Amino acid sequence: MPSNFSVLKNLFFTLCLTAWVFQANAQESEKLHQRANAAMCANCHGSEGRTVENSAVPPLAGLPRDYLIQQMQAYKDGSRKATVMHQISKGFSDAQIASMADYFSAQPR
Amino acid sequence: MKRRHLLQLGLAVGASPALLGHSVFAQTAASKAQVIVIGGGYGGATAAKYIRVLSNYNIPVLLIEPQSDFVSCPMSNLVLGGSKNLKDITTTYDALTQKHGVKVIRDYVSSIDTDKKTISLSNGPTLPYDKLVLSPGVDMMFDSIEGLKAANDNGRILQAWKAGAETTALRKQLQDMPNGGVYALTIPEAPYRCPPGPYERASQVAHYFKQAKPKSKVLILDANPDVTSKGPLFKKFWSENYKDIIEFRPNHKVTAVDGQAGLIKFDVQENVRANILNVLPDMRAGSIAVQAGLATANKRWCGVNYLTFESTVAKDIHILGDAMLAAPAMPKSAHMANSHAKVAASAIVAQLSGLDINPSPFLTNTCYSYVSDNMVVHVASVHQFNLEEKTYKTVPGSGGVSSEANTLEATYAWNWAQNIWADSLL
Repeated sequence: MPSNFSVLKNLFFTLCLTAWVFQANAQESEKLHQRANAAMCANCHGSEGRTVENSAVPPLAGLPRDYLIQQMQAYKDGSRKATVMHQISKGFSDAQIASMADYFSAQPR
Repeated sequence: MKRRHLLQLGLAVGASPALLGHSVFAQTAASKAQVIVIGGGYGGATAAKYIRVLSNYNIPVLLIEPQSDFVSCPMSNLVLGGSKNLKDITTTYDALTQKHGVKVIRDYVSSIDTDKKTISLSNGPTLPYDKLVLSPGVDMMFDSIEGLKAANDNGRILQAWKAGAETTALRKQLQDMPNGGVYALTIPEAPYRCPPGPYERASQVAHYFKQAKPKSKVLILDANPDVTSKGPLFKKFWSENYKDIIEFRPNHKVTAVDGQAGLIKFDVQENVRANILNVLPDMRAGSIAVQAGLATANKRWCGVNYLTFESTVAKDIHILGDAMLAAPAMPKSAHMANSHAKVAASAIVAQLSGLDINPSPFLTNTCYSYVSDNMVVHVASVHQFNLEEKTYKTVPGSGGVSSEANTLEATYAWNWAQNIWADSLL
């Protein structure tokens, strides 16, 4: 028969495990959402940011995070001219742009 | 109850599927889920691929599509204009199977039982589903115009709005027409598939006539009060380039056609005669959706919960693309269908894997129209899910159209096509 101490110890362990599972679940969910959101760029910039060969629309995979954020801000404020991206970029918040930049910078070219 | 039992209970709760969430248990359950996708267009093919990709190839997917190959509706007007052929806009389904492990069955679905959660194939068995993705595109409502069904059946009057054999046949009609003939294109009231598509088509036919038979005319007979999409851009280009070829007539709602006589009748306006009648009737969700009772809006379009694209009337059926009742300012376009598919795929993977559904999805749309063989105009938009109103709204200040037709966007347009084909199918 376990002592009171060992019951408490096991309960504590169970709670920790549960908290860890919830956290892991939240992280997995966030990863899924980030990947699906970034896929909104794929129609033009290729699946996971890798375009078909010789695409005039540039691939995004493997570009530095800061560069991606800077370019999106430049489209937004009009300092970088574009045919479409000055209109699309204004549809995204800073947090959405940061999330997409995190995603594409981590993809292999 | 002894303390030991209490302890075991506590551990059991800790290890329950609900708490383990995206655990081995959930992954095993997801890997045994039956996911069926009906329709291999921009919506369905993309959903099939992305359910595989976003589940890290854990969830099996079965795609049912009657056509042997994917023929793109976007860019198909270039076949009519003569700068591309059907092969240029055709992609096989092979990579979906070989690269992404999607099982493809070439067949029609004859019925859906939304209560039993099964589908029946026209050539085979009844299959159960845990999740059904329905992306059947549109059906032409031929019966809404007197005489149209018969004239379409005998090939006199084509729609060519679903790219394929009719596209090639319409191109041949244009080639066979004498110099000085009239090509009439009728446009139904919005909403219909691809809002700027008819005006791009008129531009492509005019471009061809200008080169090959310059005395000929393009007559646009539009049921709408004005050009539905990119109006000022199209009209400017027409007046500068096709002034003597294109004539635009608004408020022309077709009621009857006579294919043999080359005659079109309208509800109010005078009859029109032409050498080629290219008649686009009203459209609605593909018949399988209507037949299954999923077309909740006016028996034409399928209402969905926009967070997951799940039908408002049938659990575990997710409806994408042109068949769906669109949120405000959301066009029935290929790009949109591809975007819907990703939001739905993410929601389906989350639901089957015990993960959270994305609380704030967004959609992008870019739609290019060729006004000649090398000049293009676009419209673009971003649609953010609004939690309070449970719909998508365009983000204020975002989106827009080209300042004018230009050649740079022709390069981007063709690259868009190749990248979206790859994103949906390869």
